[in-house]
Amino acid sequence: MRPGPPFAERVVAELRACGVTHVIYLPDSATHALRDAVEREPRLTLVPVCREGEALGIATGLIVGGKIPVVVHQSTGLFESGDSIRGFALDLRLPVLLLIEYRGWSPNRAATDSAAVFVEPILRAWGIRHYVLKAGADPGVISRGAAEAREAQAPVAILLARTDRTA
Amino acid sequence: MIDSLAALRLISRHRGNGVVVATMSASFLWRKVSTLPGLDVLHSDVMGKTSSLGLGLALALPDRPVVVLDGDGSLLMNLGSLVTIAAMAPRNLIHVVLGNGAYLTSGNQPIPGRGVIDFPGLAAAAGYPSVHGFADAEGLERGLGRAMGQAGPVFVYLKVAAAWTPARARPTRARAALAHLRAALRDASSRIRVPRAGQRLSSEDRALTERIAALRRRAGRSRG
Repeated sequence: MRPGPPFAERVVAELRACGVTHVIYLPDSATHALRDAVEREPRLTLVPVCREGEALGIATGLIVGGKIPVVVHQSTGLFESGDSIRGFALDLRLPVLLLIEYRGWSPNRAATDSAAVFVEPILRAWGIRHYVLKAGADPGVISRGAAEAREAQAPVAILLARTDRTA
Repeated sequence: MIDSLAALRLISRHRGNGVVVATMSASFLWRKVSTLPGLDVLHSDVMGKTSSLGLGLALALPDRPVVVLDGDGSLLMNLGSLVTIAAMAPRNLIHVVLGNGAYLTSGNQPIPGRGVIDFPGLAAAAGYPSVHGFADAEGLERGLGRAMGQAGPVFVYLKVAAAWTPARARPTRARAALAHLRAALRDASSRIRVPRAGQRLSSEDRALTERIAALRRRAGRSRG
């Protein structure tokens, strides 16, 4: 299946199935279709942020208030968010799903983009369980990740691996 | 120049049933004046992100005031949050900045741009619809209630004196404080009556706060 808006719609449907209420988001070129799909879904509230480090603070407040947020940004945003991940997601054992665009991922060769080289080792170092969701694949891994986050009271990351930059 | 503790006492009077999120020196002092500790989030562990935490709470709880007690040094670490908050425009968010011009808890070092930065100007430029600044106790006494009663997001800048905080007056551990708040909101927030000044808690409210405190202790132990 080609990646693109239909896949984004399936991701949004999966988020709704998980009970997600808010999508905290910083744009990147590979997830604009997802953003558009979120905006078309009236039961989801889009929370655009100026910098990724804000996202987990907002997510913490939403969770304490009884909502279910997800955080969506590029892998570079994960690096930017380091202290928020430590102090909010890990120290507070936040059951939150992180949808991270896997910049530089390639199905056929080893990654050369440092944004791709470091992302999985860093997630492992933080002890954050993570899955790779390839474009067009079954987005059911999102629901599984959300369930694991709830069960473990811990963040879970879904790495969105794209084969092009337009989906 | 305003005394921080006196300012916080005044904020407490106008708080209503609001959730208060406080960081750094404000969180040390707030514990001395709060009458609803069950609805306080004292969180200093992720520097600068208090305004973001408050935004999340305000979006989740649109019918309840959320008061953020921020510092000027803390806000400088997360200036983009001014724009994020203004864009989301939660009407129930009151963002108070205690401007002492220093990183008080780390030893009173000056913040960059001390004496030059116009924090109310930054908030107004970011899009806060209601922006207020107070530099003396009389003006604060006269104007704070009206400011906090306006449709938000409201920005209130207080020019306060830098006062050293005792090192041992550390804030409640973040996870315990958040567990405390979560329990209060999930289980019984609608049943917490806001006591008027001098009013004693009812036996029901007292039992409730005791249950919340027990949960808080458990959460503190589980952190290890």
